[in-house]
Amino acid sequence: MEIVYVYTKRRSEFGRQCNFSDRPAELHVDILPDPSLAANFIERDPCDVPLQCSQEMSEHEVNTERYESESRGINHAEGGWPKDVNPQEMEQTIRYRKKVEKDENYVNTIMQLGSHMEHCIKQNNAIDIYQEYFEEDEEMEECEEQPSAKTINIFRDPNEIKRTATSLSWHPDASRKLAVAYSTLEFQRATPDMSLDSYIWDIENPNKPDMTVKPVSPLVCLEYNPKDSHILRTGTPAKEASPWRCQLFEHSHRDPVFKVIWLQSKTGTDAFSASTDGQVLWWDIRKLSEPTERLVLDPSRKGNLDNALGAISLEFETTMPTKFMVGTEQGLVVSCNRKAKTPAEKIVCTYSGHHGPIYALQRNPFFPKNFLTVADWTARIWSEDIKESSIMWTKYHMAYLTDGCWSPVRPSVFFTVKMDGTLDVWDFLFKQNDPTLSLKVCDEALYSLKVQDNGRFLACGSQLGTATLLEISPGLCFLQKNEKALATAMFERETKREKILEARQREMRLKERSRSEQSKEEESKEAHGAEESAEELTIQAEKEFFDIVDGELKKREKEEEKCKEKDVCEEKDG
Amino acid sequence: MAEVEETLKRIQGQKGVQGIIIVNSEGIPIKTTLDNSSTVQYAGLIHQLMMKARSTVRDIDPQNDLTFLRIRSKKNEIMIAPDKDYFLIVIQNPTD
Repeated sequence: MEIVYVYTKRRSEFGRQCNFSDRPAELHVDILPDPSLAANFIERDPCDVPLQCSQEMSEHEVNTERYESESRGINHAEGGWPKDVNPQEMEQTIRYRKKVEKDENYVNTIMQLGSHMEHCIKQNNAIDIYQEYFEEDEEMEECEEQPSAKTINIFRDPNEIKRTATSLSWHPDASRKLAVAYSTLEFQRATPDMSLDSYIWDIENPNKPDMTVKPVSPLVCLEYNPKDSHILRTGTPAKEASPWRCQLFEHSHRDPVFKVIWLQSKTGTDAFSASTDGQVLWWDIRKLSEPTERLVLDPSRKGNLDNALGAISLEFETTMPTKFMVGTEQGLVVSCNRKAKTPAEKIVCTYSGHHGPIYALQRNPFFPKNFLTVADWTARIWSEDIKESSIMWTKYHMAYLTDGCWSPVRPSVFFTVKMDGTLDVWDFLFKQNDPTLSLKVCDEALYSLKVQDNGRFLACGSQLGTATLLEISPGLCFLQKNEKALATAMFERETKREKILEARQREMRLKERSRSEQSKEEESKEAHGAEESAEELTIQAEKEFFDIVDGELKKREKEEEKCKEKDVCEEKDG
Repeated sequence: MAEVEETLKRIQGQKGVQGIIIVNSEGIPIKTTLDNSSTVQYAGLIHQLMMKARSTVRDIDPQNDLTFLRIRSKKNEIMIAPDKDYFLIVIQNPTD
């Protein structure tokens, strides 16, 4: 094959023809060797020179045209019959088969294979060779691991304007779906462009939500109905508590509904909701125009709505269907009895001890008498019997705690999330002062947390709408050997301690009262004294404070002077 | 011929055996106790699997060769005894 390249030029572009002529050689430059230049160089001895005597080869790259390959299965319809046998004709195939069967080789082979096969068949029939023989040992080995958690998936809010993921709920059956409610908690800031949708995510697909819930106004909380997994209960800041497939109905709560829980009932259609306007309402979802029952959270038990405490969280345990608890904005936990006859009796008792709104309230799934509250900068564990204070509490953290829950598989493990974006896993049988595991999930604040029923996965929602799915190490989600017994012992011990303290306080109060009854003057003096001492204390505290501040200021001045002197000295030197 | 029949009958008589197929090296079912469509399906698929398994064993160690292949599934167990020219496939439902 000839490779030809044609140069073309127009005739008009040619210049005048070249006239070549011959002439003798001319010397242009003659450079003579200059030995003095040799002084600038040193002889190198020895000299390494690589030499290779081999075939010279050159490398070329060629890119062929792309070909597309695809994997496909073949449907084997009929075997590889030899050419002379027509597979459709019965006679020919039968004749062929008979011929094969008469073959000597065939007979021997089949005898041998047959005996081998029989052995295996009998083996199968004798015992189950794939049975798990050492099941218990496997669980014991896992205690030694360091507790850890790893992020599996992150679900981001697909809208541009990011909203906080305020509530999460796992799908009750499949546990592969997670419903997330988005809204902003600073209600004045809701811009009209902000999308109202909340999403249901499939945990395997973080790119696109599985289903979208389009409510009328953004949802603050939502919960799956444990019986019918297609119904969700949602609460919105625009005051409605509505099941998802729903119709608008008249408002019920006057303030944002913060929490909604399904009730265990035969019909599976009951739920109740709590909101910051101080009411707890019961609903039957089939009849949404009006709540079936209403309770006002008034600590003075008069049913006065103005005095009512705003409710932020609700707690209901299916094993105790008549009792439930409400966590309020003011830091009180109110325990109520649903079946009480008068509204005044409905509120049974209150537990105080927190400084801020109680964001999470949950009973321990293994010990229903103890419950966890998460509020302000601590998480506290209470026993139902002790109303004065909590039996166990964490230290004051640097960031506000926003949500928490117990692990459904281990009685001594609970999780909390904070405003600085960290997730803490606490195991109070292992360590009580610090969390067993502290993970920084994201940079922004985390607002909600939900553990899946198997205790292995948990999802947490952040301020920018990102829901993170984490898997916890098996050490934290398998029941250890003595765990239940140890946890029981611990709870009892702490409860006992609190009881003793409570008793002692009562005694002291009684003593004081009896003392004051004896001498009233002393009492007034004491009261005065008490006031004075209070004032004195404050004055003293102030004085100490200012002393410290002055001390610091003086120190700083001294340091500055020293620096100035140094500078002056340096200048002198330089 | 008679011994072959006898062997097959013995195997068929074992507890839990659902079917037997004898296939030759080209994938043609020679003898079978199942219906035609299933036989053909089993023959074709297992033939390919067998070739793959054998080549795997041989690749790892050229001195080695496949002697038996068991596939245990949820519903039953498929046992394949290979040879140079033929192979014997038995489908059994294990007892448990």
